[in-house]
Amino acid sequence: MKTRRLSTLAKTIRSKNAGVNLITFDIIFAERAVYEKVKRSRVLTRETVSQLYRIPPERIADFVEFDPANAIKFTIYRSRPSGSPGDPDIFGAQQYAPLLDIEVPAEGVD
Amino acid sequence: MIDSIKPPLRMLSLRVICPNGHLGFAPIRVESFRLGVEARPDIIAADSGSDDVGPIPLGTDTSTSPRAWQVHDLEHMLLASRKLRVPMIIGSAGDTGADSRVDLYVDIIKDLAAKHGLSEFKLGYFYSEIGKEDLRRRMRAGETVAGLEGYDALTDAELDATERVVAMAGVHPFIKLLDASADVIIGGRSSDSCVFAAPAIQRGFAEANAYYLGKVLECASFCAEPYGGKETVLGEITEDAVLVTAMHPDQRCTVASVAGHAMYERSNPYFEQVAGGTLDMSQCRYEQVAAKTTRVTGARFQRSPEFRVKLEGAGKIGERYVGMVGIRDPYTIAHVDEVIGWARDKVRERFGEEKQGGYGLHYTIYGRDGVMGELEPLRDRPAHELCILVQGVAPSAEMAEEICMIGTRQMFYARLPEVKGSAGSVAFALDEVLRASPSYRWTVNHTLRCDDPLELFPTHMTSAGI
Repeated sequence: MKTRRLSTLAKTIRSKNAGVNLITFDIIFAERAVYEKVKRSRVLTRETVSQLYRIPPERIADFVEFDPANAIKFTIYRSRPSGSPGDPDIFGAQQYAPLLDIEVPAEGVD
Repeated sequence: MIDSIKPPLRMLSLRVICPNGHLGFAPIRVESFRLGVEARPDIIAADSGSDDVGPIPLGTDTSTSPRAWQVHDLEHMLLASRKLRVPMIIGSAGDTGADSRVDLYVDIIKDLAAKHGLSEFKLGYFYSEIGKEDLRRRMRAGETVAGLEGYDALTDAELDATERVVAMAGVHPFIKLLDASADVIIGGRSSDSCVFAAPAIQRGFAEANAYYLGKVLECASFCAEPYGGKETVLGEITEDAVLVTAMHPDQRCTVASVAGHAMYERSNPYFEQVAGGTLDMSQCRYEQVAAKTTRVTGARFQRSPEFRVKLEGAGKIGERYVGMVGIRDPYTIAHVDEVIGWARDKVRERFGEEKQGGYGLHYTIYGRDGVMGELEPLRDRPAHELCILVQGVAPSAEMAEEICMIGTRQMFYARLPEVKGSAGSVAFALDEVLRASPSYRWTVNHTLRCDDPLELFPTHMTSAGI
């Protein structure tokens, strides 16, 4: 099956602290139709995200499909609060990279 | 006079400009700010705080940026606000909103007023720190200091480990100072959105739209597109809507950018907690009403039955040194954990186990999983070269230095059975370890019930100018 990378479909893919013990991820699409297709493809769910980041589902604090912004959003608990010794990403700003390469079934999105 | 027969209407709209989502952290962009000022707003406001910067500034009672940057932003805002004769409002002074940061900003405002010979104005300010003993008394009296985001309720031991605690103000101290006709307000730690919501509520607008106005303005141009920070945006609140307009010539506030901002930096895009209630954005409707302007209706606000205030506190772990090494040999890269294990053993021989020895030794392996750690899906595919950051943390600087030095230099002597290069396992760009800021952690991320919304936030009024 032909697929396309999420990075070619989304306008924004980012991560950022949401308070001191959470990192939140936003995947935002420019077009409603593409957003709907990705949403329906189920490549982004609590389950796929916990597999990708290799964390138990309990570490996902929130998972929201946010229609007003054509966005899929999820939030994870940190393994330790931001800025603790050894924390390499105090702002949580570089945790989104693995999302870029998620393969989305191409049917209807190209 | 025709004016005299008009009934005394309350304002039909209130217009607020925000030039910076974290004042002092990176300088405001002056061109769009000038355009914002030319639009003749009723209020000029910005938040200056963040817990994104980690626990060190709160712990060490410092700011993250040079005073010159803080002065730059405050100077632009102060001169504009005095010229237009409209209030200027700053929340979370100096990143942390600690008492010393409020005093710092109050002094800067006084200095700037003198420097520019501004005519006298009223300068209001409030503090947000809560003393550890005050907090302990409340805990003894039976108050539960409830944990947020996975934190357990606050214990005596965690409070003992804490250096400093600030409480997060809502709109209340700002409104009190506006009621007293403050021309400039410097706030201690505050919810970002309340800096903007306060003047709107003070002038009679509905809480729901007022808090939404704050929510959309708090990060300045992050609610606009194309992406570009530190540019001014203008928010307008009316009886039934909030309108937000980008001031930069090339930026627009679109339905997508404004709705998208609602989810920025929060786990749930529909709800925002502030002291005293919850902003509910789940029924918000967004309309593009002009090229650069989006109109938002449908925000709701639910007052909470109990008035709870968020607390933030940082506790010191120890003094800290850092070291750095590089690795190029592919065999050594494949066995980097053994190299680190060797160095850890040498530290252990000198100081015992980390826990018993009361120290910390941390390795961050760039080129393998340095940025993401355990979340890294590609950690079994390291790059052709690695950089390893070593951090030694201990009760004294001398001990931290020695731990870091052993932990760094002993990587050079690691013994791998089949390594070809036997003259040194790592490369040094610097054969030294460097003193870093002390290590802190967030010990307090909790909420506390209060009887009076103002009890943790004493307000003061002084004057500046001549």
